[in-house]
Amino acid sequence: MGMLKEKVDKSKQKTSDKKEEKDQSELILRVNDLSIYYGSNQAVKNISFDIEKNSITALIGPSGCGKSTFLRSVNRMNDLIPISHNQGEIIYEDLNILDKNIDVIALRKEIGMVFQKPNPFPKSIYNNITHALRFYGIKGKKRLDAIVEESLRKAALWDEVKDRLDQSAFALSGGQQQRLCIARTLAMQPNILLLDEPASALDPVSNAKIEELIFELKKDYTIVIVTHNMQQASRVSDKTAFFLNGRIVEYDDTETIFTNPSVKETEDYISGRFG
Amino acid sequence: MNSKVADRIATGVFIAIATIIVLVLIGLFSFILFRGVPQISWDFITTTSSTVREGGGIRDQLFNSFYILFITMLITVPLGVLGGVYMAEYAKPGKITNFIRSCIELLASLPSIVVGMFGLLIFVNSTGWGYTIIGGALALTIFNIPVMVRVSEDAIRSVPNVQKEASLALGINHWHTIKTVILPSAFPGILTGAILASGRVFGEAAALLFTAGLSTPRLDYMNWNPFSTTSPLNIFRPAETLSVHIWAVNTNGIMPDVEAIADGSSAILVLSVLFFNLTARFVGSAVHRKITASK
Repeated sequence: MGMLKEKVDKSKQKTSDKKEEKDQSELILRVNDLSIYYGSNQAVKNISFDIEKNSITALIGPSGCGKSTFLRSVNRMNDLIPISHNQGEIIYEDLNILDKNIDVIALRKEIGMVFQKPNPFPKSIYNNITHALRFYGIKGKKRLDAIVEESLRKAALWDEVKDRLDQSAFALSGGQQQRLCIARTLAMQPNILLLDEPASALDPVSNAKIEELIFELKKDYTIVIVTHNMQQASRVSDKTAFFLNGRIVEYDDTETIFTNPSVKETEDYISGRFG
Repeated sequence: MNSKVADRIATGVFIAIATIIVLVLIGLFSFILFRGVPQISWDFITTTSSTVREGGGIRDQLFNSFYILFITMLITVPLGVLGGVYMAEYAKPGKITNFIRSCIELLASLPSIVVGMFGLLIFVNSTGWGYTIIGGALALTIFNIPVMVRVSEDAIRSVPNVQKEASLALGINHWHTIKTVILPSAFPGILTGAILASGRVFGEAAALLFTAGLSTPRLDYMNWNPFSTTSPLNIFRPAETLSVHIWAVNTNGIMPDVEAIADGSSAILVLSVLFFNLTARFVGSAVHRKITASK
């Protein structure tokens, strides 16, 4: 954490006064009045909600409702889209992630992201994981070997690939590729994992494996997952936020959302009446 | 006319065009090789050329061609690739970038004779070097950089964006991402560009006439000191390349075996280009296999 904190002393001062409002020891992300625009089009509209530490939060809603846009703003991947800009704040470790003084590189190391389509590098399985480690100056075959094994084990991939670590990652199946992408993110020891429909491009068996894995990872990480799969959301997540047209219509315990939603739109969406 | 017939006609036309291209290529190739190969002998490749007597070889010209190619690519490839990286990854869309792109395109269409005259003015006269290998190489660099920048830019742009996102999302900075993810993926495209540029260097005569000159000093191939005047590696010596030699022999050669020399040189030139292309592709795909761990 040190790196990120040092580099943004300024923004720290701005937000620290809000810190003591209530006991937030278990909150890891606090979203305050966040709006995200693509040019003049407002994709996310004044949303506010908190995400708890070591929990799984599912973001559901029809396509184009802003949930992926929100997810991509948490580790500042939206910076890659020149026309995007935002208002409001996302507080993480007393810092506003959206502050322009934030060290984005250090931020992304702590808030890892896994994308919808598996996107391994065109390198060997081993080098897919060591790619980022080497950038952070982690050297030595023994040390790298250990991290590679640990990450692959955590991603439940080790037994399937341990004998062919030097083969191309492209030789793996789609589900294995996605678990490799998760493994390489875990190797960075992030605090938060952002999963953008991680299983939607996979077959049901791989899908189930990823789901099992997500559940397993909850112990050590905070997970925010965007999904179109209602069963998946209800099975794995602790909290669910229902997005509609850029707003959060309902945010509650997953059980409440799926059994006793308080807003009609939520009920309609979950039961498949639209979206 | 129904669509089935139209489809068949289109297919026929394309096959005809492909056949014409292949026939022209085969015709040209066999013409050059049939006339040239009988002239090639060990002697022809290993002796120096003679201006008046029969039986001159092309040893120095052959070496010069490869050496100028090497020096040119040494300058062109890094500059061209970095230029391509700038255009694809850093340049913000807008008027200035469009202006730069127009300049590059203009430079690419510059006639080589103009590049040669420019080289004469700058690299030969202004610098006071006279006709030199480095002057020739710099002229050819001007000639080739636009192609190299363009091809690199296209190759970099064609790398899937998800690769770049994957690397950035791991907390890796832009430059390291370019170095370790984007450039290795763009490598085959960049290699093709470098090979095309090399072909232009091999074949170029006009730009070299006025920059690298029409003569080669007496060379001692055992002398590897690049600062010695008789060393073939000296970049501040004049150097006639194979293409220039073919042009010179054909236009003002006074030796009795002009035709034999021209035919033999042409065949050697074509074979050299072929040899170079195949080697470059072979080495390139081996390198690419190594970095991507593919079979």
